[in-house]
Amino acid sequence: MFPIVNAKFLARDVKQLEIHAPRIARKQLPGQFVILRLHEQGERIPLTIAASDPAAGTITIIVQGVGKTTRLLNRLEAGDPILDVVGPLGKPTDIENFGRVAIIGGGVGTAIALPVARALKAAGNHVIAIVGARTADLLILLDEMRQASNELHIMTDDGSAGDQGFVTTRLEAVMKRQPPLDRVVAIGPIPMMAAVSRTTRPAGIPTIVSLNPIMVDGTGMCGGCRVQVDGRAQFACVDGPEFDAHKVDFTILAQRNSMYHDHERASARKLDASPESELAKVRSACRLEAVCAPGPAECERLEKATAQSVSSACAVDARPGE
Amino acid sequence: MADKLPTKERIKIPRAAMPEQRADLRIANFREVNLGLETAAAEREAQRCLSCATPACVQGCPVGVKIKQFVDEVVAGEYLKAAATIREDNVLPAVTGRVCPQENQCEGACVMGKRMTSLAIGHLERFVADYERQTGQIGLPQRAASTGKKVAIIGSGPAGLSCAGDLALRGHDPTVFEALHEIGGVLIYGIPEFRLPKQIVRQEVDNMRLMGVKFVTNCVVGRTVTIDELMNEEGFDAVFIATGAGLPRFLNVPGEHLAGVYSANEYLTRVNLMRAYDADSHDSPIYDCRDRTVVVVGGGNTAMDSVRSAKRLGAKRAIIVYRRGPEQMPARAEEVHHARDEGIEFMTLTNPIEFLGDEQGRLRAMRCVKMELGEPDDSGRQSVSEISDSAFEMPIDVAIIAVGTGANPLVQSTTPELQTNTHGYIFADEQSLRTSKQGVFAGGDIVSGAATVILAMGAGRRAAAGIHDYLQSGNW
Repeated sequence: MFPIVNAKFLARDVKQLEIHAPRIARKQLPGQFVILRLHEQGERIPLTIAASDPAAGTITIIVQGVGKTTRLLNRLEAGDPILDVVGPLGKPTDIENFGRVAIIGGGVGTAIALPVARALKAAGNHVIAIVGARTADLLILLDEMRQASNELHIMTDDGSAGDQGFVTTRLEAVMKRQPPLDRVVAIGPIPMMAAVSRTTRPAGIPTIVSLNPIMVDGTGMCGGCRVQVDGRAQFACVDGPEFDAHKVDFTILAQRNSMYHDHERASARKLDASPESELAKVRSACRLEAVCAPGPAECERLEKATAQSVSSACAVDARPGE
Repeated sequence: MADKLPTKERIKIPRAAMPEQRADLRIANFREVNLGLETAAAEREAQRCLSCATPACVQGCPVGVKIKQFVDEVVAGEYLKAAATIREDNVLPAVTGRVCPQENQCEGACVMGKRMTSLAIGHLERFVADYERQTGQIGLPQRAASTGKKVAIIGSGPAGLSCAGDLALRGHDPTVFEALHEIGGVLIYGIPEFRLPKQIVRQEVDNMRLMGVKFVTNCVVGRTVTIDELMNEEGFDAVFIATGAGLPRFLNVPGEHLAGVYSANEYLTRVNLMRAYDADSHDSPIYDCRDRTVVVVGGGNTAMDSVRSAKRLGAKRAIIVYRRGPEQMPARAEEVHHARDEGIEFMTLTNPIEFLGDEQGRLRAMRCVKMELGEPDDSGRQSVSEISDSAFEMPIDVAIIAVGTGANPLVQSTTPELQTNTHGYIFADEQSLRTSKQGVFAGGDIVSGAATVILAMGAGRRAAAGIHDYLQSGNW
């Protein structure tokens, strides 16, 4: 079990959660993700790690409430437990001194772009950050992004913050400047990443995107996250999640991601109608076999503390509820 | 306590038939198909054993269960003693009693099979294990004094569990690391509830906890922690890699990306591990199979598990498509028989060459060709070739690809000293299961390629013996 140690909203429906997961915190590199499951009946969903603090043993994820599980995550508070968190998964971002790099974050994708920007700047790149959202109140992490870059451009669809227009409008302008861009990294909604890919393709600028297909195990076992890259099936969980944008088939990615749309909408509606029973499932989750055996003593102590504070009726050795 | 009948009488007893849930009822639920022998039936079946002086059945068992002895104990009515006898060699009797291909192993070797029908050893093993579980008096074997040696076992499938059990008995301190959130590997994510109820796996795992085995879930060795870190920083004296053959193979034909095309691994994981069949209380979705046509490509046990799951999820037609003939299907005869009873259709000598989708990218049809068998090759397996101009199109809604699995490279790729073959399987000495890296052993499907639960358990046992030798002698 993985306790939430800090939780706050960054924007409407966008929440930042700091989770105690020492093994993952120790290993995480920019671009990697975790898979989590909230309770015994829950689904497994992948979320990219926005930051980690190895000393405190915590990782940070930033979640936009879209489907049932992400909306439920947005209802959790410090002290709540997450039943399963596994990671860090996927290949880390390639970090080296490429020269001039544009980093584009769309909506909540900015959370994932941030650690990449930080690492690339630290590696000596001139980092041009372009962040965009539909409206001003969906923009997140602007101060952090400003610090992690050499220049920050803000775009909103309605002009309520920064300049009005798409991130690609600004990218086109940046591409006209000299010296030319050496690399572009784009993280955000599929249509945005596809648009960035179309923008940079004629100029042949190497462009990396971080893909978010539906996953189950995250270890290459199920193949559910397969994406078409250069006409071949690749597993985003182990071969990615980052790929050469110019080789990705975004249409297939969007189609596969909408595979369960009806189901997702129905369960999100059900959650909104009565969130209490789902929250109770999260809060009664009690399983101590998960992380403690050879791990640090600190982890065990925290687990016990959480288990007791979460539910006094919950015995330390209890099996997962059926 | 029953006395043993004279041989003349014994051979007159017909082999016990396994009672089953009726086919027309079971296709609407995920409850177990086989119901298990009643006590009287089990006792009568045990009476059939000829008590051979040199029992061939034991030779036929990959883990060497003392079959003659436990069957004698059943005849004597000492079921708990029989269970303890099995446990000395097999930590998962309730599992193997259900999923072992006994017809090729113990029962295949049984001398009675030559003249009449072999002893129903699998049914008896299951009976004994279920009896023990129902009484709650688990006959756990005695542990040796603690050696203080820590062993990390990577993967909680049959090979890992078997190795952990044996190591615990020898006084070592095993910790099993599992990538998923539940212990059991393929027993949990792969084999469906109607063939192996998950509660049984959980109870066997709990028994292992009582034996002193520790479990860590949500830990992907190769990502969360590496083998070197386990050995150098976390104090493990030896490591056993039992990660299985978990990489799904696809057909590599056009249209496999379409929504509605699954690997068997994904389909079964959603159904079993994530309980998608219980949609009212579980969140994980699965493509709606109700009143639709589901095709499963392949002829092995995984294909049978997938197609029978699809039927239970409400498929109007659930069809096996297999490129060779019915006689060549690698699935157990019992599974094929159960599938036929459940109304599964079989399209053999048929091979899909393309999947076709609608404008939303959803599967709507497949194109297949008919195949014909040719001359047997050197290995005795008949070649198979396409019949020209035989292509046809067939409307389908869901396709599940069950044509085998390969080696998952995660552990190997982060442990460079491990030697692998061209297919990515790990090299290990056949007897000691030592790999090319000191202190590291490997066994089960990650060494042999996809095989059976019991062969993996056999490898786990050999690994435990190899690890024990290494820990005692210190010699590599």
